[in-house]
Amino acid sequence: MKPTQPFTSIGSSTLGVFEGLGRFSAFVGESVRATVAGLTTWGPLLPVQMRRLGVNSLPIALFLAAFTGIVLALQASYTFTGAIPLYFVGALVGKTMILELGPVLTGLALSGRIGANIAAEIGTMRVSEQIDALETMAYDPMAYLVVPRVLAGTLMLPVIVILSNVVGITMGWLTALQMLDMSTQQFIRGLRLFYVPFDITYSVIKSLSFGLVITVIGCYQGFHTQGGAEGVGVATTRAVVTAGMLILVLDAFWAMVLL
Amino acid sequence: MSIELRGLHKAFGRKKILRGVDLDVEEGETVSLVGFSGAGKSVMLKHIAGLLRPDAGTVKVDGLEVPKLERKQLNALRMNLGYVFQFAALFDSMTIAENVAMGLRKKGGSTETQIRDRVRESLARVGLEGFEGRLPSELSGGQRKRAGLARAIAYGPKYLLYDEPTSGLDPVTTTVIDRLILKMKEELGVTSVVITHDMESAYAISDRIAMLYEGRVVEVGTPDEIRATRNPVVRAFIEGQPDLAHDAEAPAPAAAHRGRKE
Repeated sequence: MKPTQPFTSIGSSTLGVFEGLGRFSAFVGESVRATVAGLTTWGPLLPVQMRRLGVNSLPIALFLAAFTGIVLALQASYTFTGAIPLYFVGALVGKTMILELGPVLTGLALSGRIGANIAAEIGTMRVSEQIDALETMAYDPMAYLVVPRVLAGTLMLPVIVILSNVVGITMGWLTALQMLDMSTQQFIRGLRLFYVPFDITYSVIKSLSFGLVITVIGCYQGFHTQGGAEGVGVATTRAVVTAGMLILVLDAFWAMVLL
Repeated sequence: MSIELRGLHKAFGRKKILRGVDLDVEEGETVSLVGFSGAGKSVMLKHIAGLLRPDAGTVKVDGLEVPKLERKQLNALRMNLGYVFQFAALFDSMTIAENVAMGLRKKGGSTETQIRDRVRESLARVGLEGFEGRLPSELSGGQRKRAGLARAIAYGPKYLLYDEPTSGLDPVTTTVIDRLILKMKEELGVTSVVITHDMESAYAISDRIAMLYEGRVVEVGTPDEIRATRNPVVRAFIEGQPDLAHDAEAPAPAAAHRGRKE
């Protein structure tokens, strides 16, 4: 090994990081430009993407929320038995679903469903020259492909998360009624105990940011896909992993900033 | 001059693809670009369509310097330019009719009925009547290429750029595509640049043939001139003789431009 090799390696890695950041910043800048300038292009496509990315994601998100609610109620009861009044089950289910598990679990699940879907779709379009074809017909690929997906994902994730919160809490309540010998009054008493309206705002802010991250990363990875099928696989994996990691980082960030 | 490339250079990372390409294409002319795989033919074509920006040199189409155009000007130019991709690049999720209508919709100024009629007419030109409702995945390779051609001609471009329109096709379909290219020229009067590896196709459809080698155009001439050339690289290519190509390596012969219409 040459004595300069570690420095060369560090140097090229650093350059690679800055190159990637530069490319990502340019991509975000182009997306903003296309959002402002390409309304006539992305406008008609937005409802289609809201249905594809949002409505079609509801079954998996609500399935996840339902079982999360059941488990939360059972685990709370198991933890509290003999020490804390049982109506605290309602408080734990409500708070945990709204503040944490509703947005984060939904975000992580949808980074797999939406993020992978976007990266694979745009990546395939890139390697099969469909994006070039769009450009040769004077379409702006950012306005046609990226903006409707980013806006749809960002707008629909809060809706999905709110519905997930409702389903999770409802399933927690049903579990409390059926398996924990609690009454509805007890569960609601617990649910209202620590509830503040800001909880909903917090949940929505988090899910908006998760939706933005999932879609922007998915589009970016898809857009910069290289090679053939293998490249699409790499882009898809990167989209899911990067979005998942950023969701956890953002989760901690919002907790530090807003709570 | 319809299309004019001067001193075109392009590198990807450290790999230099184009090293000073010069080529002129006259109005209404069909020029075939031939050359070994990886010679940079597609890269050259993408510069004409403004899909790539050159590192150095100029690309002019209709007198407009393509890399210097604003987005709006570039889009206006692209409405005069049809691009037939190597693997058709049809949009998977759309029917053939929707694919063909894409450029027309972008161009604007047509009613839905006019768009439908134009789509049907374009598909009929390439022999795909009745394929409107099919998806690209339901078409064979040759049909996909023809659908790609229909999409490119639907909005009436002045220029057609073909990226290996006959690669991977059987001889009969190749002849069909060659005839279509000739038909486009005769009926629509378009100026065309065609990338091909198939010399028989090149002889059949071209007014002139240009050979790209080591990032430069090393020979340009009419089909007869190319057949008779003594340039060892061109001979190696047209005769399919790897030994000749090997012998001809090292100094790339200076470009010989012949047969240009003055």
